[in-house]
Amino acid sequence: MKPEPVGAPDGDAALALHDITKRFPGVLANDRVSLVFRRGEIHALLGENGAGKSTLIGIVSGMVRPDSGSIEVAGRPVRIASPSAALRLGIGTVYQHVLLVPSLSVLENLMLGNPWWRTIDRAATSERFAELAELLSVRVSPDALVGRLSLGEQQQVEIMRALWHGELVLFLDEPTSMLTPQGVDDLGVVMRRLRDHGVAIVFITHKLKEASDLADRISVLRQGRVVGEVRPAELKTMSPDAIIERVVAMMFGHDAKAGDLRATLVGDASEPQSRQHADAGVEPLLVLRGGHTAGERGECALDGADLEVRPGEVMGIAGVDGNGQKHLAEVLAGQRTMTAGSISLAGREIGHLGVAGRRRLGVRYITDERLGEGTAPRHSLAINLVIKEIGSPQFWKGGITSWRRIHDHARNMIRTYSIVAPSERVPLAGLSGGNIQKVLLAREWTGDARLLVVAKPTYGLDLQNTRRARDWIKRIGGNADTAIVVISNELEELIDVSHRIAVMERGRIAGIVKNRPGARTAIGRLMAGVEAA
Amino acid sequence: MDGLLSEAFIASLFFGAVTAGVPLLLAGLGEQVSEKSGVLNIGLEGMMLAGAFAGFAAAYATDSFLAGFCAGVLAGMSVALIMAVLCVVLGMNQIVVGIAITLGAEGVTALLHHVLYSRSYPRLSRVETWTIPGLADIPYIGPAFFDRNALIYLAFALTFFMIWVFRRTQVGLNLQAAGDAPAALDAAGVSVTVTRFVSVLVTGCLGGLGGAYMATVGGGLFLPFMTGGAGFIAIVLAMLARGNPLWVLFGAFLFGASLALTTALQVVGVNIPTDVIQMLPFAMVIVVLLLFARHSYLPPALGLPYQRGAR
Repeated sequence: MKPEPVGAPDGDAALALHDITKRFPGVLANDRVSLVFRRGEIHALLGENGAGKSTLIGIVSGMVRPDSGSIEVAGRPVRIASPSAALRLGIGTVYQHVLLVPSLSVLENLMLGNPWWRTIDRAATSERFAELAELLSVRVSPDALVGRLSLGEQQQVEIMRALWHGELVLFLDEPTSMLTPQGVDDLGVVMRRLRDHGVAIVFITHKLKEASDLADRISVLRQGRVVGEVRPAELKTMSPDAIIERVVAMMFGHDAKAGDLRATLVGDASEPQSRQHADAGVEPLLVLRGGHTAGERGECALDGADLEVRPGEVMGIAGVDGNGQKHLAEVLAGQRTMTAGSISLAGREIGHLGVAGRRRLGVRYITDERLGEGTAPRHSLAINLVIKEIGSPQFWKGGITSWRRIHDHARNMIRTYSIVAPSERVPLAGLSGGNIQKVLLAREWTGDARLLVVAKPTYGLDLQNTRRARDWIKRIGGNADTAIVVISNELEELIDVSHRIAVMERGRIAGIVKNRPGARTAIGRLMAGVEAA
Repeated sequence: MDGLLSEAFIASLFFGAVTAGVPLLLAGLGEQVSEKSGVLNIGLEGMMLAGAFAGFAAAYATDSFLAGFCAGVLAGMSVALIMAVLCVVLGMNQIVVGIAITLGAEGVTALLHHVLYSRSYPRLSRVETWTIPGLADIPYIGPAFFDRNALIYLAFALTFFMIWVFRRTQVGLNLQAAGDAPAALDAAGVSVTVTRFVSVLVTGCLGGLGGAYMATVGGGLFLPFMTGGAGFIAIVLAMLARGNPLWVLFGAFLFGASLALTTALQVVGVNIPTDVIQMLPFAMVIVVLLLFARHSYLPPALGLPYQRGAR
């Protein structure tokens, strides 16, 4: 089962794809993709949303059948008909979202997929577990319930499962998106160990910095095609800047206005520019003291959260997902009542007010669940723009809907926010993620806003829309009447837009850092649970 | 009222509780399997009714209880097959399909009964029993537990078999994964569709067997709509049991006892209007729900069709 160790960086091909094409209705997801993944090599696949990365993962993991093309594993042609076929060929995949059963233990999760007629064989499973734990050099208790593990530990369990039937090829789909900075470092260590053991590692990302740090070879996908490659020899000799320059050119074409996107894409390659707020002495606009909430099973509730935001300030809230960010946003918006604590806006206690009451005082909330609690997806764009003001005299006269005014208003907003939509009457669900986000911004950002809470402003958006959303926050961020709270798990984003950054950890604010050079380290320490220096 | 502690009353109560509880136990254990795998099988009542009719018809025609049980299993599974194809393979709404199956089975079995027996209600002659020597002579509980039809012993054994399956086998792991995180099971290379398909068939098999029991060992005759909500009570039992077959066993006999109370009271000459007594099991459902529903644990993916890639 174990492959022979491979010393040379250009070892033999573990998995080769030839002219893979996959067409979905209306989309050519993969267009004659040919790639070779070699043993003992970390191969990064870069590409924007819609470049065909997910389809490619689906094909090699047996979830999606290609329309044409051939696949070779260790030199032999194969067909990958199902996920179990892929696993048995030694092709393991770790998906972007954790795919483990939270109610089962680590060992039990690893036993899933054994022949169904067997009774549980703990001894054999423990043996293989110990072997892989040593190979990965990780310490996870085999009897721990998966639901109790951190996301980084869950990912390690997933890597074990992916390698369970043989250590040939390991696909990692955006593996760092859910991890703390420390978790990312640990993952890098595991990847290098596996590479040195002779595993072919394919690592899919849209973060250029990670790719150039970790990879031995970089391939770039654009619109379903392989558009370029940086070979190991080149990666060794080129400077990081030159690599980034080259990959950006591949991703967006040589003449694209790439400079603008480059900042977003590269993000952490440069030190943050200082976005300090001058008026440190001003009375805070928003004050939250000792906020406590009651959480459902598996939810992280607020446990004594304190926060002050000054007018004209953008306060970033950093932290690994699931540390109480959702409850914080809902408490600020008035969607969730606190069990203890107080909250005031411009000196006025607002804890007793619901959503409508707070909205009248200027509290606005842009949720990350854009199609869930954010909008009514089957209703028209126009009605979604006024959905929080149903009954307001501006659009309703004595209970009668004035469609003319609603549609006029919508056309106006479509122009102001350059929303791309065939008309104001189309169902909102038909719009792209970026345009739905614009609809939310247009609805919430009205003249009388005093406090704007934005959760994951760029979640699921492509680069151009990400850039736009961040610029918009920066632009309105200087407004002296308004305080803005931006919640995000992308540190680069917060460093880009915020004046100060608070780190949430287990329902509290673990610390607040001024956004200036060196802030990243301080935030990383806070996120990892180390006290701020 | 002094007869309430007499041997006649208690023996009759136990006997009745077992008689009424076994179909609930069988159907509840079956429902537990599909619920674990993430399918809320509302069609259980229909599967029981189909099993009751087929079981009676076969036992009456062949004069063999075994043939009746087999026919009940087959009928329950055929109805379950419809549910499995519509809900598991095609991903249709489980509640809508379940209700349709129950209503459909009520109509079809009533019609078939009319076609076969017109307006008469023939009875089966005798109940075959396996008497366990020695134990059957124990006062109070001997006749209720140790002088019964073989199926009753099987139902008890099945409870413990299920515990073993859930705790000690791959199948148990697969079932739990299918209900808690189907995408994880799929990624591990086990087909969610097959897992759920089979568990719906198992539900049909056990529901049908429970129905056949009602119409043969239980009553010895078939009446249209004779399951009278037993399938729904079994669904409630499975939901409250938190995945543990022992709770299904306990619940089934609790409900069985409340159903048996009418007869037991008449044995000792207490006359409460039967309408009041017949309300008992349903009042009991409400009380039990009020007391325990808070603690029920349902698989997160219960009732949600699984489609690969549609996460």
